[in-house]
Amino acid sequence: MLLIRCPYCEEERPELEFRNAGEAHVVRSANIAGESDDDFEKFFFIRANPKGVIYERWRHIHGCARFFNAVRDTVTDKFVMTYKAGEPKPAKLPGAAK
Amino acid sequence: MAKAAAKTKAASASVERRPALAGRALSAPGVKVEMLPPAERISLRAPQASIAALSKALGVTLPAKPKTSATKDGRTALWLGPDEWLIIDEAGNDPLADCAKVTALHSAVGISHRNVAISVTGPAAAMTVNSGCPQDLSLEAFPVGAASRTILGKSEIVLLRTAADSFRVECWRSFSDYVFTLLSEAASDAAN
Repeated sequence: MLLIRCPYCEEERPELEFRNAGEAHVVRSANIAGESDDDFEKFFFIRANPKGVIYERWRHIHGCARFFNAVRDTVTDKFVMTYKAGEPKPAKLPGAAK
Repeated sequence: MAKAAAKTKAASASVERRPALAGRALSAPGVKVEMLPPAERISLRAPQASIAALSKALGVTLPAKPKTSATKDGRTALWLGPDEWLIIDEAGNDPLADCAKVTALHSAVGISHRNVAISVTGPAAAMTVNSGCPQDLSLEAFPVGAASRTILGKSEIVLLRTAADSFRVECWRSFSDYVFTLLSEAASDAAN
């Protein structure tokens, strides 16, 4: 079983307590009504779906119930790091080779 | 008139409190699983600024550290999230009434009847809970007084370690049959 570090509980917890909540850092436009259909489609439907490092929202639903962000590798399923919701995308990943 | 009286009687009988699975217990070698008596409970949400006032009103300091709890005079405050606590009062005093006097911003919801509690005691208690709960329940990782919302099988529970070999499992009333049965089965297995 994967162990995921919850930044609010400040420790690693079993994956069964968590739930994935989609891609992170998808910013909603401040003027959503004025957006063109193409821009709205990009915001609402289009996701990066990369092979490799992905930034995701996760929720510690059966724990502190808080949303947070996680950096995960979609190939190895390894969690690189986690950080609190609202914090900026980390500029440098720990242990990143490339 | 007699008809009306009979009707009133029936109505008052229907509001009688019937705790789920009251009195059920199971003893296996090394572990005992039993339903605990009803208690008063509230779900408390509050920002940092209100914690001092609420702690004073409740008579127990709300823990600020993850996975911890605080107990005083039969009242336990369990840390569930950064701004969320579960207050359990086993002394029969209503914590909801205490919170009502606090003017600081907070949300207190009475959930006394929503939850039931099951105690798991004995040398094999941790092993019994671990059969459905994936958390590390060794004394180093989950010491006495540690509390956490987690899962047991398919049901969400709140787990509190009351002693080295004793746990209090809080679950929703409607899940109590599932949780109790799972723990009973696990208790029989843990002995082997």
